[in-house]
Amino acid sequence: MAVESPAPAAAERIGRLDRIWAERPGLSGWITTTDHKRIALLYLATSLAFFAAGGTEALVMRTQLAQPNEHVVGPATYDQLMTMHGVTMIFFFVIPLSIGAFGNYLVPLMIGSRDMAFPRMNALSFWLYLGSGLLVYSSLALGMAPDAGWFNYVPLASRRFSPGLGIDFYALGLILNGVSSTAAAANFLVTIAKLRAPGMSLNRMPLFCYAILATSFSLIFALPPLTADLVFLELDRKLGFKFFDVAHGGDPVLWQHLFWIFGHPEVYIIVLPAFGIATSIIPTFTRRTMVAFPLVAVAELLVAFIGFGVWVHHMFATGLPQMTMVFFAAASLIIVIPSGIQIFAWCMTMVTGRPEFKTPLLFIVGFIVFFVFGGLSGITLAAVPFDQQVTDTYYVVAHFHYVIWGAAVFPLLGGLYYWFPKVTGRMYHERLGQATFWLVFAGTNLTFFPMHIAGMLGMPRRVWTYPSGLDWSAENLVSTIGAFLLTAGLLGMLANLVMSAYTGAPAGPNPFGGATLEWATTSPPPPYNFAVIPRVTSAYASWDDDDRADDRRRLESGELVLETGHETTASTPVDGHLDDVLHMPSESPWPFVLGIAATLGTAFVLTDHYLIAAATAALAAAVLVLWHAGEPAAA
Amino acid sequence: MLAAGCGSNQSITSPVTDPAREIDTLWWAMFAAGMVIFAVVLGLLVLAFVRRRRDDERPETERRAYAVILGGGMVAPVVLLAVLFAFVIRVMPAVSAPKPGSTDLTVEVIGHQWYWEVRYPGTDAVTANEIHLPAHTPVRIVARTADVIHSFWVPRLNRKIDMIPGRSNSIELDVPRTGIYRGQCSEFCGLGHAQMAFEVIVQPPGAFRSWLDHEEQPAATPASGTAAAGQQEFAAASCGDCHAIRGTSAAGHIGPDLTHIGSRNTLAALTIPNTPGDLMQWISNPQGWKPGSRMPGFASLPLSARRALVAYLESLR
Repeated sequence: MAVESPAPAAAERIGRLDRIWAERPGLSGWITTTDHKRIALLYLATSLAFFAAGGTEALVMRTQLAQPNEHVVGPATYDQLMTMHGVTMIFFFVIPLSIGAFGNYLVPLMIGSRDMAFPRMNALSFWLYLGSGLLVYSSLALGMAPDAGWFNYVPLASRRFSPGLGIDFYALGLILNGVSSTAAAANFLVTIAKLRAPGMSLNRMPLFCYAILATSFSLIFALPPLTADLVFLELDRKLGFKFFDVAHGGDPVLWQHLFWIFGHPEVYIIVLPAFGIATSIIPTFTRRTMVAFPLVAVAELLVAFIGFGVWVHHMFATGLPQMTMVFFAAASLIIVIPSGIQIFAWCMTMVTGRPEFKTPLLFIVGFIVFFVFGGLSGITLAAVPFDQQVTDTYYVVAHFHYVIWGAAVFPLLGGLYYWFPKVTGRMYHERLGQATFWLVFAGTNLTFFPMHIAGMLGMPRRVWTYPSGLDWSAENLVSTIGAFLLTAGLLGMLANLVMSAYTGAPAGPNPFGGATLEWATTSPPPPYNFAVIPRVTSAYASWDDDDRADDRRRLESGELVLETGHETTASTPVDGHLDDVLHMPSESPWPFVLGIAATLGTAFVLTDHYLIAAATAALAAAVLVLWHAGEPAAA
Repeated sequence: MLAAGCGSNQSITSPVTDPAREIDTLWWAMFAAGMVIFAVVLGLLVLAFVRRRRDDERPETERRAYAVILGGGMVAPVVLLAVLFAFVIRVMPAVSAPKPGSTDLTVEVIGHQWYWEVRYPGTDAVTANEIHLPAHTPVRIVARTADVIHSFWVPRLNRKIDMIPGRSNSIELDVPRTGIYRGQCSEFCGLGHAQMAFEVIVQPPGAFRSWLDHEEQPAATPASGTAAAGQQEFAAASCGDCHAIRGTSAAGHIGPDLTHIGSRNTLAALTIPNTPGDLMQWISNPQGWKPGSRMPGFASLPLSARRALVAYLESLR
């Protein structure tokens, strides 16, 4: 706690850091910020707002499907809701929350850095994400939302069958979103490679950072096929190209291949940060190190790698050659192994530790249950003939909600509780936290389990209504009840966190005894994260009391305090030897302006104002020049 | 709970043919194995909960944990997945596409937004939303599309095949039991996707043969009365721009062939039953029953004209 009551020399250094790293107050501070923690909070607020929108869409759909032959909404509205729900939850909620909010907040803290490698690009990522989300959502406000489903198969999504602007909102919005994600992923790769604290060799890097590393690699390689696909689609739709038009030598199956070459790695992009959160929470609440740490690290990277070789299992009904299907079935089965290793590693860490089942760990237990269940139903989808029965039924809807909602989002919910004291400096309400866990857990099962049965009984997905007499009514009614129960649980959780942010007991730097470096600084952390750049000798740096005492001593002696400039350290990528002191860019309005310009430019392309779009692009280029104009020369 | 679904006529778990049964067996095998694996993991979680307050610290636990991780996460999956893979490879030929000419009968099914056109190559028979098949006879179904991607699926008979522009997919249906089996489009195809179902009507071979002979015939011309007036209304309202009635000048290809509409069980791809009352409502307000349908409403026609139309269409048996 010496950080809170420092010696005179240390106090003076901290005062200097406070002045150097201070950002402007108020709203303009949020617009110009380059602090990864504030950018993370912007991501958090925005992704939760989109989550509320996507959740509302789901509730309207569940109300429509509560009974056969309902007329709450018609197919035109339903198809828009279903498309927006999928697009929102994947592109505007889960990935921005896991990578944008959790990754941004935690990676620099966990590796002992003062910011991301490219702080302004980090801000730009956020503003592009916000712009893409608002662009796509403006279509819903205008009543012309995309309505061809989140995977948007052609020719249904071609101009001939979808003549409105809805599909263009989808395609251009996701291209813009892809730029944001690519920039974020590149930023994480460089940050993790270069900005780790001295001594943090790769084998001492927290597993959460391995997860973000794997996710970032996946994003870098998965997004180009999607972007190419979307560009082809817009060329077809806007300029009359024929990429997907059979009559002119195109092929609609090309869309599917490119989409799923992105789409399946995307599943692991979504779920890997969740693995990382699980491997952060489990050691803390079991009071022990992760069992099989190196195996888990390798497994995280392997999952991301093998994830690129399984996409055809989304296309088993399209009539591909048998050998192709056999190959992709095998690849889809092999990916079970690195996932299995992680599951057993989590379980055995709990079995051999002394688990304290507080709210964050409960969410991780829920995550393991859902991940195993959704993983098992996923294995059945690699079994080609069975997949050819159930693909495009509610069985698949059940499966991917167990994986994406149960496995990917549960750790995020657990993570919200776990890092809440770090971010706010206050404790959440534990009893209420556990109660909301059980509500959300029960609601999830009640909502999504019956969908397996509905699918086995032959209910196709993406139907706005269904007739009675096919035994689908009870399953659907239970799902709808479950969805409202789940919502109640989530609202309870929101109430807990919002109230605790004002009234919770002060948390202190490390209320749970967490092992990673974010717990070594104050709650909330100062803008520069650490008064002194920590030195690291293990993967559980906050449990190394001698090292942390050494940090306090170095703060007084001024070693690696970097109090003369806006600076952080760089290390060698593998061994983590101190390599350089980097001057870090500070707050700037230009990422925000560039974000607006890019969003407006996209909107002008969407409305066929190509000249104005070109002018906006020129404006964006000018902004890029200004962006660097204010920069002090590199040392 | 899943077995209770046997009543549903679209259930994967009430198979009628050999391929559907093989897939069903594959499912129950995976289900049983999956439940065992699930129980093992739940067991570990329960163990973690039960032992949470113990305070023995044995040095060998770390090695034992490694053994469990490698055994449960690597060795057991490799063995189980190899078995599953072998099972999959064994079932795949049973559901694979039949070679052209491998069956005596071929039926062409063409997906439209939002109905099923059914043709019997080598004959003039064309119908919609009902696929008549002879029992105990291998039949090759060739699936194509006229517009967007649809998917042909009769869960109790076989797996699904997508209908993709520029391609055709095929599947063999060899149904041992007469009966009516429900199928439904299972690739999202736009507004009418939820209301794009069909029936496979399996008849004794003799009955099928006479049905096909009759289906090949052009429509009978009504001699007189309301039905004859209806035929004139049909022409006057330009119904033939979209619909075909073989033996008349109506040759449209946007909506279903109506040559023998009177003999079909349902209207609008199983949306409503085919009774004179329902047909009257359908002609008056198709959007009310099937939003998005390409069929315009004819409520503006005088009631007598619509009555005549219904009488004409119901006479086309």
